[in-house]
Amino acid sequence: MLEVRHLDVAYGRAQVLFDLSFTARDGEVLVLLGRNGAGKSTTLKALIGLVPARSGEIRFAGRRVDRLPPYQIARLGLGYVPEDRRIFTDLTVMQNLEVGRQPARRGAPRWTPERVFELFPDLGRLRDRPGGRMSGGEQQMLAIARTLMGNPRAILLDEPAEGLAPVIVERMALAVRELKREGLCIVLSEQNLRFARAAADRALIVEKGQLRFAGALAELQAQPAVREQFLSV
Amino acid sequence: MSLLTVRNLSKAYGAVQALADVSFTLAAGESLAMIGPNGAGKSTCFNILNGQVEPDAGAVELEGRSLAGLRAHRIWRLGVGRTFQIAATFGSMTVRENVQMALLSHHRRLGSLFSAASRAYREEADDLLAQVGMREQARRPCAVLAYGDLKRVELAVALAGRPRVLLMDEPTAGMAPAERSELMQLVTGMARKSNIGVLFTEHDMDVVFRHADRVIVLAGGALIAQGLPQDVRMNPRVREVYLGGDLLAEARANA
Amino acid sequence: MSASAAFLQLLNGLASANSLFLVAAGLSLIFGVTRTINFAHGSLYMLGMYCAVTLIARLGGGALGFWASVLLAAAFVGVAGAAIEILVLRRTYAAPDLMQLLATFALVLIIGDFALWAWGPEDILGPRAPGLAGAVTILGREFPQYDLFLIAFGPLVLLALWLLLTRTRWGTLVRAATEDREMAGALGVNHKWLFTGVFALGAFLAGFGGAIEIPREPASLSVALSVIADAFVVVVVGGLGSIPGAFLAALLISEIKALCIGFGQVTVFGTVFSLSKLTLVIEFLVMAVVLVLRPWGLLGRAAAPARGPAVLEPRLPVPSRRALYALAALVAALALVPTLSTGYTLVLLTDILVFALFAVSLHFIAGPGGLHSFGHAAYFGLGAYGAGLLLLKAHAPMELALLLAPFCGALGALLFGWFCVRLSGVYLAMLTLAFAQIAWSIVFQWDALTGGSNGLIGVWPARWLSSQSAYYYLTLATCSAGIALLWRILYSPFGYALRAARDSALRAAAIGIDVRALQWAAFTLAGWFAGLGGALFAFAKGSISPETLAVPRSVDGLVMVLLGGLHTLTGPIWGAALFTWLEDTLARTVNYWHAVIGAVILALVLAFPQGVAGFARQRFARRGDDA
Repeated sequence: MLEVRHLDVAYGRAQVLFDLSFTARDGEVLVLLGRNGAGKSTTLKALIGLVPARSGEIRFAGRRVDRLPPYQIARLGLGYVPEDRRIFTDLTVMQNLEVGRQPARRGAPRWTPERVFELFPDLGRLRDRPGGRMSGGEQQMLAIARTLMGNPRAILLDEPAEGLAPVIVERMALAVRELKREGLCIVLSEQNLRFARAAADRALIVEKGQLRFAGALAELQAQPAVREQFLSV
Repeated sequence: MSLLTVRNLSKAYGAVQALADVSFTLAAGESLAMIGPNGAGKSTCFNILNGQVEPDAGAVELEGRSLAGLRAHRIWRLGVGRTFQIAATFGSMTVRENVQMALLSHHRRLGSLFSAASRAYREEADDLLAQVGMREQARRPCAVLAYGDLKRVELAVALAGRPRVLLMDEPTAGMAPAERSELMQLVTGMARKSNIGVLFTEHDMDVVFRHADRVIVLAGGALIAQGLPQDVRMNPRVREVYLGGDLLAEARANA
Repeated sequence: MSASAAFLQLLNGLASANSLFLVAAGLSLIFGVTRTINFAHGSLYMLGMYCAVTLIARLGGGALGFWASVLLAAAFVGVAGAAIEILVLRRTYAAPDLMQLLATFALVLIIGDFALWAWGPEDILGPRAPGLAGAVTILGREFPQYDLFLIAFGPLVLLALWLLLTRTRWGTLVRAATEDREMAGALGVNHKWLFTGVFALGAFLAGFGGAIEIPREPASLSVALSVIADAFVVVVVGGLGSIPGAFLAALLISEIKALCIGFGQVTVFGTVFSLSKLTLVIEFLVMAVVLVLRPWGLLGRAAAPARGPAVLEPRLPVPSRRALYALAALVAALALVPTLSTGYTLVLLTDILVFALFAVSLHFIAGPGGLHSFGHAAYFGLGAYGAGLLLLKAHAPMELALLLAPFCGALGALLFGWFCVRLSGVYLAMLTLAFAQIAWSIVFQWDALTGGSNGLIGVWPARWLSSQSAYYYLTLATCSAGIALLWRILYSPFGYALRAARDSALRAAAIGIDVRALQWAAFTLAGWFAGLGGALFAFAKGSISPETLAVPRSVDGLVMVLLGGLHTLTGPIWGAALFTWLEDTLARTVNYWHAVIGAVILALVLAFPQGVAGFARQRFARRGDDA
């Protein structure tokens, strides 16, 4: 579904991603792990086209997307949920969903507001609430719901658990599992294995813009150095 | 006498009661964690404490002196340093210059028109940066720093004012677990050594339960629990509105 | 004034509010979505007027011809707006915010000269509206039918716009893009066409507003500037981005204006006040009052800054030793000029030096200070008038007048600045503009003291400075010293604190900086130096006219700063030199020189979005020096 080959990204003169390659399949949950500043967010932004790739290739659903503007990539069925959520605060929940709406897509689950509210029942009670008057947890749910309204084949979640109360984090993890069951390809970035463990199949570790490890989550957890870095307790 | 006393603080935004009758105290050398769901009123409480927002009712006292009606820059002068949930630094300046600004302000040199700012308090600034592990990045512009590093710069800036109270809004957001622990050890150690009272909000329960001396819990603007970490952790009401813990265990069991 | 006359005057105001609302609504929409302050909006209105008149002449003044012409004219302006967006503005969105302003200012010049070329300098009267040409009798007085029609028309447009924005998918997308265009893009919204659409709609509304006004008002070139000023006021008073707010503000301002005209002169405690003279400035007074009481306008809200591609203020570089030597060499070279050449070169160089000081003082608050003043000429003009009045009315020696005049600028800045630093962003810009306009109208109308529109004459320097080269040396020495002083302050703790407050007022306050006091002090300081420039200017010319502090002079200052580069140190002096030289040379040699200047500015904006000096810095910066 998603294929990244030899991706280099730079902000001005500072290169932040070096020769990154990985793939993600349908129905797979892939987690990017790494310290802050390692390049996880940049990777996701490069995938959706918000930062340009300096070199390398990104393919999505068989098409090359690394030269396309974000709105065209989104229209191919790639959803993106940014780490700071970026809810439209002036718009109500329903209007936020409307902005994300795209025509139905073959080979991807079809979402309506009603179906989205089944996934996040709390949102269904807030239909006419302006985005700016919602709590952080509610905004995170809305950000995911808004992206789902585009009937994506794959979604990118940038640190979906950051800054959220533990109870909400749990609900996020369950939602990710639910989406996986729908057959979506999910790429998420995290600094903490705890959330990833609940949902992810495979993990990549990014360090200073380079790929350090790729493999099954179980394999990763067996390594003490990794446990220490990404799992406290 | 406690260092910081908060009494019956209330604040409403329109129909939303952000804070309702909240009281607590902070002792010198103590690390106090404030936890609660998103939107529980934590940031509002912080904003009142450092003078950005006026409360509707209630009182805040620093060593018996009322802070009522003082604006943020005056409260800083009395020894209340703060970091923000969304890190606020001077993006067009270097890391060192950020700390130098705080030092210049602390030494009341901001009115100086003709001296060169870049040479003022360099060593002091570098010392502070070394304390938070940012000495190597002193010459980088803040605009290009990673989020967790910005949080460190904020801490150095807050320390430049020799605070007696340190307010930290999600100090470890954007850091990996190992970094979080390291930073909090630094902060709580400093608090004990210099007798600073630290009040912090945090969503990472590992950090809270390992580093806080005491915990207070806000929900819907009200204080619903306070006490030692282990007591708060077991409080059924706190588990229900905030901590959770059951859903995921269940899910993992099913997996 | 009798009750019935007052009532009719109120109705008259309602009718005038209609066109004002249409223009302001378009301006507000465009600003909301693209963050562009479209200076050319009044020009689009003017185009609508001219097009309508021309079309009616072709299609005939019958009902069909008239209304078809009005709609066609509006549609034509809409298309022109879309073309402007695609050809010009689309290329400037990535540039710093104010560069778009500069681009639209260039368009004002170009469209203005185009209209002059196409329709000539004379006002053109339009026909009356067929079927609505008569009058009805209200309370025993005649009232035009067409005005009644306009009174009903405005609310309909408001309703249509409101439905469009809140009830349609397009409107929802527009509002989403207004808040965060990048995120909207990541959700599959093609914001390019959305922006073009909004700009076209805004331009259509402006054109419509102009075309529909034809039966009441002749088409004229001057309308472009007066309408844009009114529209700015309406948008700001109503609250940026609020269409109902714009409607309310249009009503308020039109009514107050109508009443001022209606009452004419009133006598209060035996003194006669001419309210009709107040119309020159009344809307700016209203704006100042509203902004002081409600910093975000009547229906506006304190909005979080719009998200877009990360807007971070770039670093102000510390000049290298080499650069300082080069500047010193430049001053030395300038000191040699009188030995090589006299006459016109010296006059031009004197002007350039004065404007360089003016531009540097504006840059001081606008760049590192982040206070985008649109009315900096007020302090320049106060300095000039201060010098003139001290010399002519107080009979002070010229040297003393020159020494004291800057304090007139500083006093003005001290007074106005107290209000201005309580606001930020566009609101601050508009309040500075309002104060400048108020200062201008006082000078313009206070005949007894300032000589009114004639200004002051005979403001000559002392005998020992009366030769061209002597005055040139005085100017060179004073301006170089002034600029050096301002630059020195930028790198002092005070200057750093100013930048700190701009970068994050929140953080600045949290480390003990009293942001308002700091900005107020900076504003006053900049006013002092602008006043110094004004005083030098007055003695150089020997006369002072109200234009010295009029809005175009303020805009000139902004253009100089932006052309040079807002985020560079020396940019303002290059911008001042370039602009002053261009204007001088073109005005003497080229017909339609406004358009040529506009084209040059446009070319510079598109080629060097960071300003000329900013471009040079990027181009010649050594690799790796950003560490």
